[in-house]
Amino acid sequence: MKRLEQEPTMVEEPKKTKYDRQLRIWGELGQTSLETASICLLNCGPTGSEALKNLVLGGIGSITIVDGSKVQIGDLGNNFMVDAKSVGQSKAKCVCGFLQELNDAVKANFIEENPDTLILKDPSFFSQFTLVVATQLVEDSMVKLDRICREANVMLVFARSYGLTGFVRISVKEHTAIESKPDHFLDDLRLNNPWPELKRFVETIDLNVAEPAAHKHIPYIVILVKVAEEWAQTHNSNLPSTREEKNEFKALVKSKMLSPDEDNYREATEAAFKVFAPRGISQDTQDIINDSCAEVGPNSSDFWLMVAALKEFISNEGGGEVPLEGSIPDMTSSTEHYINLQNIYYSKAEADFLSMEQRVKDILVKVGQDPSSISKPTIKSFCKNARKLKVCRYRMIEDEFRTPSVAALHKCLADEEYRSAIGFYILLRAVDRFAATYQKFPGQLDDGLMDHDVAQLKTIALSLLREMGCDGYMVEEELSNEMCRFGAAELHVVAAFIGGITSQEVIKLITKQFVPMSGTYIFNGIDHKSQSLTL
Amino acid sequence: MADLDVPQSKSRDLDKLLLRHGNLVDPGFFPGPQLRDDIREFVKILVVGAGGLGCELLKDLALSGFRNLDVIDMDRIEVTNLNRQFLFRLEDVGKPKAEVAAKRVMERVSGVEIVPHFSRIEDKEVEFYNDFNIIALGLDSIEARKYINGIACGFLEYNDDDTPVRDTIKPMVDGGTEGFKGHARVIMPGVTPCFECTIWLFPPQVKFPLCTLAETPRNAAHCIEYAHLIKWDEVHKGKSFDPDVPEHMKWVYDEAIRRAELFGIPGVTYSLTQGVVKNIIPAIASTNAIISAACALETLKIVSACSKTLTNYLTYNGGEGLYTKVTDFPRLDDCLVCGPGILIELDTSITLSKFIEMLEDHPKLLLSKASVTYGESNLYMQAPPVLEEMLRENLSKPLYDLMGRVQKDTIHVSGTSLKDKERQSIQTKLRVVFKGADVVTDMDTAIGA
Repeated sequence: MKRLEQEPTMVEEPKKTKYDRQLRIWGELGQTSLETASICLLNCGPTGSEALKNLVLGGIGSITIVDGSKVQIGDLGNNFMVDAKSVGQSKAKCVCGFLQELNDAVKANFIEENPDTLILKDPSFFSQFTLVVATQLVEDSMVKLDRICREANVMLVFARSYGLTGFVRISVKEHTAIESKPDHFLDDLRLNNPWPELKRFVETIDLNVAEPAAHKHIPYIVILVKVAEEWAQTHNSNLPSTREEKNEFKALVKSKMLSPDEDNYREATEAAFKVFAPRGISQDTQDIINDSCAEVGPNSSDFWLMVAALKEFISNEGGGEVPLEGSIPDMTSSTEHYINLQNIYYSKAEADFLSMEQRVKDILVKVGQDPSSISKPTIKSFCKNARKLKVCRYRMIEDEFRTPSVAALHKCLADEEYRSAIGFYILLRAVDRFAATYQKFPGQLDDGLMDHDVAQLKTIALSLLREMGCDGYMVEEELSNEMCRFGAAELHVVAAFIGGITSQEVIKLITKQFVPMSGTYIFNGIDHKSQSLTL
Repeated sequence: MADLDVPQSKSRDLDKLLLRHGNLVDPGFFPGPQLRDDIREFVKILVVGAGGLGCELLKDLALSGFRNLDVIDMDRIEVTNLNRQFLFRLEDVGKPKAEVAAKRVMERVSGVEIVPHFSRIEDKEVEFYNDFNIIALGLDSIEARKYINGIACGFLEYNDDDTPVRDTIKPMVDGGTEGFKGHARVIMPGVTPCFECTIWLFPPQVKFPLCTLAETPRNAAHCIEYAHLIKWDEVHKGKSFDPDVPEHMKWVYDEAIRRAELFGIPGVTYSLTQGVVKNIIPAIASTNAIISAACALETLKIVSACSKTLTNYLTYNGGEGLYTKVTDFPRLDDCLVCGPGILIELDTSITLSKFIEMLEDHPKLLLSKASVTYGESNLYMQAPPVLEEMLRENLSKPLYDLMGRVQKDTIHVSGTSLKDKERQSIQTKLRVVFKGADVVTDMDTAIGA
């Protein structure tokens, strides 16, 4: 018996072992994309520092911290990356030093400069980065930075902690994910549309085999394809569609059971719904192939070029379906039947892949690119994940501010579940306007002006609502009062939460795996009824 | 921004919450420097676990105005911890987690005192846990959570009207993570559901049927579990499998490969073998940071009342977009752990021995080999032998007498329960009420007390 050669993973290199627990989530490819990414952090208070800490621990390629402030005594109370010895020194320098200790494989740099100044004076600075994490910026700087990063095609994530509230917002023109890895996604068994090879295999198996062991080890795929055929013969080649028919179908499956301990038949009954599922592609897939970006040209990204190929495939050899995913879930079966089925599904997936590969090459040539510029593994992954593709687009901040979706706003303001979130959204913008006028945030100082600040903040909030087309609405009194109470405090636990979310979104954006959040995530640390608002 | 003329204070940011009046706060919120100082001086928090969640919790609590922390963890640092347990460095591998974690946080946050306990949670006296205002859990197993839950709820006492006695409520804050998913919850025994009340939240662990492993394997995991659960014992009779011994793991891997080749099954790798055998849960820094922060925030809120608290369970999923949901789960009034206890009506003549027998057949208990305690005294203990022998004479005495002839009271029993087809050791309280108790005798007892 031939023994497999020793695998590289047996050798347990320290680096591999250190990242073992996360490699199991995003794999070597994901890890590599993290290790080749460069991140710029603006402001290294606790929000930015905590976000960066999580990325550094995960092995991010390089970090550059931009912060012009010196460490104050108050910072010792909310920032783990500075200590008593750091007081009076550059905060960027201290945080950078601590983060470097966490992972010496990361290249850590700092620049002692106020981010607002950098944004104004040296916009080209940001082009060198993969992604910018901009924390604790006010509206004005956010808008300016957004323009810069959009222009330079640099990914941008905003994060803010403010008392018991805060937000996270991605700003990227377009983000596509092939490996979206959804938690629950139906397997691709085509029980409602079996292809010739599968049908031929199913024909070779007799459901009415006498031997009990054999009878109960026929996999449910075979059972359902056979019963579906039987049904179609007596129902005009149609599949069950009404509730009655579906129940009849299930009863038909059950009727073939010889004894109650036949797990394969139990599984078949439970999986019967896969026979009823409509054939063809989902609305999500439909939307993607109909997207204007699917009309490809010489500047199209690999993703859209493959989508163009997918569109062709579906209308031709796909017969209305995407390439077969190729794997089957575990099910009660003899080993032999199971492996045979696996091979059949694998073969069709392979054949579909080869078709797709050819189409991709042809399209590349058509748009004047090198036909081998998209690798086999990439196309294979695309085929396997064809039903799960994700396209995310984000409005520019200034567009959202200027023309928010009034419909969405009204809906949120009227919904109990969303009212606090939208309240904080508005207040977070209102405090920046307040600061622009009064050179301080409302309630920030113990100057005896709390009542004045509260009144002014409410006025600003009302005018913001008017601007946003929400005349007649108000932000809840209590929320406005709390906002002034917060006084722009950057609490460590809130910063750690917001920083955690931020780092997670950065990882998804860089690895292009899983699905990044949409809209603006408004954190509500009072009752934890945080919400994402897409305006 | 204009901030320079304000005298510098470490608690510059926390002060805004603790010293100022608020709107959306809990009743019993008394803002002021006293509150901040009292938290610093008097509040003691226990962090259970010094791993992914525990490290974050210690940092979060130290930077939230808490000065007196304890941390307990029985494990030593491993290399695979280093991608998220940020208090540990490569040179710390092999050292006790609790000790290194405590030391690191104390180094960076001056003024905080952290007492590490390098021990199993079961090895601490029950009274140890009573010392703390709040217990924050950063655990990775259901059993450990059940255990702490049992202890914390064990402190709970009820008034005659079945309301919990406030001073005996021991709040817990519990967090858990797995990949991009996690949860944070607040448990106020007697008020919100305890861990046991919502045990159904946890899906049963995946166990492959033995016949699949033995006869019809279909995938790599089947081959691995065959080697791990069946072949190992066949070959190593008696010697138990230790996943932390590399030679053991390699042996299982080689056997799994052999079996996979025999059946033509692809996919067995060393990494998968480790994952299946050790039930490795993928883990990253960001999710741990998020969940711990939520837990620490709730801890601060419970202690200070500076804001309303989470009611009572936060579900988090960051893989598909960003999803958080708060659910207000209800308590089970008759929860065996946090409830006032199952009511048992007894005759005054029933002996302790007969009572113990009854527990076996009681449909809600099915408790075998029960040990019984009443208040501070052990009435009967199954083990250790010395104690068993000493208390054996109680078996033939009426329970009514052993309980000082009170008409009703709470007693605690522990033993092995056969609930849900699984044998588990449990500790639970019972409310015993004696029928036909002589009222005159009761009054005598009361007067004589």
